[in-house]
Amino acid sequence: MATTTAPARSPARARLAGIVQGQGALIALVLLVLFGALRYDNFLSSYNVTSFLANNAKFGLIALGMTFVIMTGGIDLSVGAVAALASVVAAMVSDRGPVVGVAVTVLVGVVIGLVNGSLVAWGRLQPFIVTLAMLLAARGLALTVAGNQSVSVDFDSGFTALGTTTLLNLAAPIWIFAVAYLLGVLVLGRTPFSRHVLAVGDNEETARLMGLPVERVKLLVYAMSGGLAGMAGVLLAAQYGAGQPAEGVGWELTAIAAVVVGGTLLTGGLGSVAGTLWGVLLLGLIFNVLNFENGRGVISLSPYWQAIILGAFLLVVVLLQNRLAARQG
Amino acid sequence: MARAEEGAGVGQLRRRPRVWPGDLRDLGQTYGAAAALALLILYNAVFTDRFLTTDSVYVNLTQVAPIVIVAMGMTLVIATGGIDLSVGSLMAISGALAPLIFQRDIPLAVALAFVLPVLATGVFGLFNGVLVTRFGFQPIIATLVLFIAGRGIAQVVTNGELQPFRNPAFQYIGLGRVLGVPFQALLMLAIFAVVAWTVRTTRFGRYLLAIGGNEAAARLAGVPVNRVKLAVYGASGLLAGIAGLIVIAINSSSDANQVGLNLELAAIAAVAVGGTPLTGGRATVTGTLIGALILQLLRFTLLSHGVPDAVALVVQAVIIVAAVFLQRQRQT
Repeated sequence: MATTTAPARSPARARLAGIVQGQGALIALVLLVLFGALRYDNFLSSYNVTSFLANNAKFGLIALGMTFVIMTGGIDLSVGAVAALASVVAAMVSDRGPVVGVAVTVLVGVVIGLVNGSLVAWGRLQPFIVTLAMLLAARGLALTVAGNQSVSVDFDSGFTALGTTTLLNLAAPIWIFAVAYLLGVLVLGRTPFSRHVLAVGDNEETARLMGLPVERVKLLVYAMSGGLAGMAGVLLAAQYGAGQPAEGVGWELTAIAAVVVGGTLLTGGLGSVAGTLWGVLLLGLIFNVLNFENGRGVISLSPYWQAIILGAFLLVVVLLQNRLAARQG
Repeated sequence: MARAEEGAGVGQLRRRPRVWPGDLRDLGQTYGAAAALALLILYNAVFTDRFLTTDSVYVNLTQVAPIVIVAMGMTLVIATGGIDLSVGSLMAISGALAPLIFQRDIPLAVALAFVLPVLATGVFGLFNGVLVTRFGFQPIIATLVLFIAGRGIAQVVTNGELQPFRNPAFQYIGLGRVLGVPFQALLMLAIFAVVAWTVRTTRFGRYLLAIGGNEAAARLAGVPVNRVKLAVYGASGLLAGIAGLIVIAINSSSDANQVGLNLELAAIAAVAVGGTPLTGGRATVTGTLIGALILQLLRFTLLSHGVPDAVALVVQAVIIVAAVFLQRQRQT
């Protein structure tokens, strides 16, 4: 898949291009918010804002893990199926309360991520194939464990508080969403780990020659991605009151779209966690705006149009990014 | 496209580009997969009731035909170092268009219902190719656009509703028999033969592998890289269109939400099990056919021995990883 790899830029230029690409998504997001706020009455109402953020929290978590994987030049196609499996696991252990529920479920996600990471790092298999196989396996496991039906969570143990509790008027998923990205930004911006991730993605051989623990870095990013997909599964179960083995189809591709829109290069070596956050919010906001537009009654777009608009949007964003990158490079 | 040339990194230098198919390593891989297939057939012949009847052979061939047809296009795309995620959605598009045409009262309606939807998906395939060649999109992103939007197009065209129909002339592509053999099995073999011949003997086939092996070098050597890639994505679109027609003909209905769902994954898995590396530069078309048959027969075996479909998915996953792992060992 390495037909169009990143042009060999100097680090300073790469950083400049990175800023432009990251800010592009932010600029589009701000414009869309302004458009919505001016056009629709309740667009900035606390109800719309909080339910929008709570609904997009699980996609945000998955896209965050995907960002680190993609920065190493890899990909994780298994996240949607892992989230579905995790939601089933979370529902099954939900009678033990929220702490055990989160711990067990995230652990399951991390273990799956470690399997992916080991096969990629030490098995030297292509990430695309490894995680494609894991997609099938996790989906099969989810359906087997759940017996092909959704599994109700325990409503008395306090587990559902993970979906409904509010603090300062913000539901728990929003806090989890925010804390995850805060940690993501700190990890990427302030620790050697982030430089290792980008170095591995930029040029694996060079990273190895510099003495970086290439295998361990890869193992870690897939484990993180698995763990975050596990957490997304917890939110799925807590918000909908059931573990859903058939959910999460195509989430991996939406997450990849969000990461790309956020300015992270699929070839690795260049990326931005904040950019991914803007990407997730931007893609989610398109649906939100469409709902409001339908609500005005002037046009009536079926939900099927949303997919077409999302695809067209992805097309335009990547076109613009390539333009910018060409001008920068 | 200066980006690709500059981007030829250490990884690409280390990879030895192979242009000629059929050397020992290639043979080993093809025969490894073939041996696995033979074992599966042998196992079923002994342990599965009524396996060696024409009925059960035809059931397997009928089920595998759309996957093989799509996987043929996927093999070509992957040989150039690309990937095509849009094939399942393109199947939904051709499946949605065909009933709209043959249910009209126009001359040659059935003939047009074969030709126009396939041409349409071919054009969508070219669209993928244009994004990859002219606009420098990474193949995974270029085809992700139509993966997302394509099914939406099919759903908008049909308003998301199931289109049931009965049209023996059109459904011949999915239900017809030639001397007792299912028509789509013959169609599958014909397409396989054409693609295998193209890769093995034509200049186009050598261009394909040269591009996947080292695109910059191929360009310098005068290979018309952009035109070859365009053709490959276009072919993948055409083949997905044909597969979509077969699926709706078998079902006697077209459901834009279901036709071709996850078929891109099945096709990529078949290519990988068959021994074509996702990095490009090599293509074993026979391997892809065998890979698809292995995955089909594996599922059939598990299901006919009472293993649930969900568990069969897990076994398939293990087989895919094992197959790719064994091939990797052989390469180094």
